[in-house]
Amino acid sequence: MKLKKIASSEITPEHIYNDRRNFIKNLGLILGATALSAFTNKSFAALHILPSFAQAKEGEKEKLTSLKDITSYNNYYEFGSSKSDPYEYAEKLNIDPWSISIEGSVKKPLKIDFDELIKEMPLEERIYRLRCVEGWSMVIPWVGFPLHVLLKKVSLIGNAKYVEFVSLKRPNEMIGQKVDILDWPYTDGLRLDEAMHPLTILAVGLYGKVLPKQNGAPIRLVVPWKYGFKSIKAITKIRLVEKMPISSWMKANPKEYGFYSNVNPKVDHLRWTQTTERRVGESLLSPRLKTQMFNGYHEEVAHLYQGMDLNKNF
Amino acid sequence: MKINQIYIKRLIFTVSLWPVLSLSLAIFLNNLGANPIEFIERHFGKWSLIFLCLTLSMTPLRNITHMNQWILYRRMLGLFTFFYVTVHLLCYIGLDYHFAWIDIKDDIIKHRYVLVGFLGWLLLLPLAITSSDEMKRKLKSNWKRLHRLIYLIAILGVLHFTWLVKKDITEPLIYASIIFILFLLRLNIFKWKKFKKI
Repeated sequence: MKLKKIASSEITPEHIYNDRRNFIKNLGLILGATALSAFTNKSFAALHILPSFAQAKEGEKEKLTSLKDITSYNNYYEFGSSKSDPYEYAEKLNIDPWSISIEGSVKKPLKIDFDELIKEMPLEERIYRLRCVEGWSMVIPWVGFPLHVLLKKVSLIGNAKYVEFVSLKRPNEMIGQKVDILDWPYTDGLRLDEAMHPLTILAVGLYGKVLPKQNGAPIRLVVPWKYGFKSIKAITKIRLVEKMPISSWMKANPKEYGFYSNVNPKVDHLRWTQTTERRVGESLLSPRLKTQMFNGYHEEVAHLYQGMDLNKNF
Repeated sequence: MKINQIYIKRLIFTVSLWPVLSLSLAIFLNNLGANPIEFIERHFGKWSLIFLCLTLSMTPLRNITHMNQWILYRRMLGLFTFFYVTVHLLCYIGLDYHFAWIDIKDDIIKHRYVLVGFLGWLLLLPLAITSSDEMKRKLKSNWKRLHRLIYLIAILGVLHFTWLVKKDITEPLIYASIIFILFLLRLNIFKWKKFKKI
């Protein structure tokens, strides 16, 4: 955090001040959790504290995957290709200061500091299923805000048809980038209507606290009806473009990874079965679950793909 | 067989049970990570490949050291390979898929890495069945021909691993290189001296 006299980010916003009992409680929770074990210490880089947010309603809650599993079993190739690598190596990434720029087909291009951004955006908790293309899944309580709120802020120009997201290339801190497994920095994209969909969020928190680095801190995309790799982590740039962007995975293996990558039990993958999935954290003896169309968000998103051949547009 | 060779054999047998012991320990300590079934499958898959490499290294070791006794341990290591591949397969069928035969059939047909893995196990069956001295005698020269299948099985095993991983094939490549070297060492130019068949 840069300090020029008194940065506005240093001034306690009114709603936090008014909510100070809760704030202190939250702070206590964070400190307590940090002291509890080295594990939590590693999970939560307590650099940023989240402003208050609307919690998910009880009714929306499924059995959550444990914090330990969510933060120790990750695909984040920037830190290595093993699932335990991000937990091991993500700490090295410096995320303070962090800014995001929104550019391309917009009337008001924007470069905003992360601390400013989370104070401005309406944070809320969203409990989503996450389905990895490899056939495992989790249920994760994110804290974030709908992407459309941010996109409306910059006023889109008519020829904005797609949104491209760009992560970060910093091989000294992201040691997995020393190998050219993917074309760094990681990029991915959405069609504009997908990006504007109310289920699409930018997440900045997890389990009510600031997002751990191995989960994509400080800010990542979450698109719950698509395979996990579409939900790009550590975003630095959001570009509004006219043509369909080519994502890192499409570049690496166009036969296996399409632009849409919607969760779809009827469209099989060359390597892994997509009809069933293993829920992470379940006991050794529990069976695989049936994978749902659009990861169970069929009602909300099916209309986006009406009339499209999903076998071709995989 | 000499007394010391019997002891070495017993020692190798005991050490070969390490994968079972280390997994039991990991289960006991609740150390299997977020996806325990994947952990167990990978564990036995990895050890299957290691035992396959060990089995394949006995003949080159004989050729290099001019000591015939390596061949005495080859059969046991081969049977351990079969044992661990079978446990690996049983974990997949029972633990992972809960004996959902239709799903398993679809998985084998649709996914090439599953298919080659399954083929590898199928080809190991006749080798395990004909591993006894008696079968060896009965099959005569066909025995040797039959057991050359192990080269194909090794290739299938490495392919199985290579096709499983998403992008970073470093680990499968390590096994591929080891097996490639073990194949090379079988070429005639490396056989400096002829040995009696055992």
